[in-house]
Amino acid sequence: MRRPAGRRPGVLIALLLLAAGAFLWALAAGDLPVTLGDALAALGGNGEGTAAAVVRELRLPRAVSAFVCGGLLATAGALMQVLLRNPLADPYILGISGGAAVGALGAISLGAAVFWVDAAAFAGALSAMLLVFGLAHGDGSWTQTRLLLTGVIVAAGCGAAVSMMLALATDTRVLSMLFWLMGDASGAARPWPALAVLALGLAVVLPFARDLNVLARGELNARALGVNVTRLRVALYVLASLLTASAVTLVGSVGFVGLIVPHLVRLAIGNDQRVLLPAAALAGGTLLLLADTAARTVMAPQQLPVGVLTALIGVPVFLFLLARHPR
Amino acid sequence: MSAATAADAPLLEAEGLALQAGERWLCCEFSLKLAAGECLALLGPNGAGKTTLLHTLAGLREPSVGQVRIGGQPYAAWPALEAARFRGLLVQQQPDHFAASVLETVLIGRHPHLGRWGWEGPQDERIAREALAAVGLPDFAGRDVLTLSGGERQRVSIAALLAQAPRLFLLDEPLNHLDLHHQIATLDLFRRLVRDDATRPGGGRGVVMVLHDINLAARYADHVILLDGRGGVRAGDRDSVLQPELLSHAFGHPLRRFEVDGRATFIPD
Repeated sequence: MRRPAGRRPGVLIALLLLAAGAFLWALAAGDLPVTLGDALAALGGNGEGTAAAVVRELRLPRAVSAFVCGGLLATAGALMQVLLRNPLADPYILGISGGAAVGALGAISLGAAVFWVDAAAFAGALSAMLLVFGLAHGDGSWTQTRLLLTGVIVAAGCGAAVSMMLALATDTRVLSMLFWLMGDASGAARPWPALAVLALGLAVVLPFARDLNVLARGELNARALGVNVTRLRVALYVLASLLTASAVTLVGSVGFVGLIVPHLVRLAIGNDQRVLLPAAALAGGTLLLLADTAARTVMAPQQLPVGVLTALIGVPVFLFLLARHPR
Repeated sequence: MSAATAADAPLLEAEGLALQAGERWLCCEFSLKLAAGECLALLGPNGAGKTTLLHTLAGLREPSVGQVRIGGQPYAAWPALEAARFRGLLVQQQPDHFAASVLETVLIGRHPHLGRWGWEGPQDERIAREALAAVGLPDFAGRDVLTLSGGERQRVSIAALLAQAPRLFLLDEPLNHLDLHHQIATLDLFRRLVRDDATRPGGGRGVVMVLHDINLAARYADHVILLDGRGGVRAGDRDSVLQPELLSHAFGHPLRRFEVDGRATFIPD
């Protein structure tokens, strides 16, 4: 049985070690080989020369970006699954990534600079969040089905807008649009605000993690047990949307991480949100960091889209865990 | 809310209560009072508003007219978690979407007893295991709820309610999915909780339950509320409400009353 107490700290410590290992690999691996010692020295500020500069200015921001993006998406996915009480929910299901894509592609088609593309992506994600919230909340009732359907429809509308912008764009811009849509950590030079969002988001949600456990068993039950369901749901929705918007703005709509990582963690340690949320953040970050490092090294100098790698790593692991727990 | 006032006041009072669903009146104004040690059954045909009434009594729904008080205070005066330690609601079975062990599921009932940062301790686990034993599932702690039968799942929900340890139990069709033996065992369990512990420290307990079986209501309830589905309500002692004419009218099917070993029994024509 899933006897919590003994395994919880163990799993979190194992995930932390795995994350540290993934970071070391990400800093050392690449066209310019760097030894682990040199990489650590560069991090400490002692390194000199090209290798140290590559580690500090290129690999570290990219590694942190990938890790933070994965952590944000996995946490947002876990929250969405509780909010919608639906195991198939992922961070993009309510149209956040669609809104971000519309914003970003709109900015690209106007020839905007990178900063403004990011800003437009974030604004688009927030607009989609407010639109879905307003439409689903319109008459005061707020059922999971209504929220889900509204989100899916808004996402579909954004998809159409994205296709139209791709069709109307000039060739050179189509290329940068596709690049944005696939998600890419190489251009993400400023991961620190998103890291702060991840840390703050976890700090805000963890005190309410047991309320989430109760909510996952059904709304009525949660209300009878003293949980303020309406307030909790609104907070969950806003938080999951902000986490997703930050991830999409930082790296792009990387698929798969937000859906599968919460399930992986759940299969390993159960569905207690107090452990699941931090574990999902660590596991999601580690998975995306490994995938991104593999994406830029396995076929170097060719770079693969990182979303393909997350799927290639995650699918077999997921199927293995699923087979281990026959229902 | 001091524990002393709560212990003296009736567990549950409804005054001039009337409920509306959309434009339709489910029940006209009536009042009820439940003291510690008592058991109240809600009867009525499908769609008569039994669940709506129970949710109103649980404070999850505002009454259209009138007021509901638990422990002498209206719900508005109770902090949500304190109310959850005073009254517990068994909701109709909802599907589980995520795997979880039976023990974890029963421990959910301890939520209102734990602080914001609190984790379930050995004491909570002992309470949860006792609750599982009380519903006849002592060896199920490690099972996944997704693998349970409907009746087993229902008993796990009842165990979670026992772990919540409220003084006022509000049960929505507690016998759903249960076989005959477990129907009787469940009602016996709640009667024991209510009767034997009427003088326990912290105050006695009471039960309000939605039932479909008139004969079980006749056997276990002290008071009955009968909704006829057309806005009519009969509330009172078991014997004053469980009359063949009233029941036949409410359920739209003729019923006859027999005495079997001194026990009232109703049989449909």
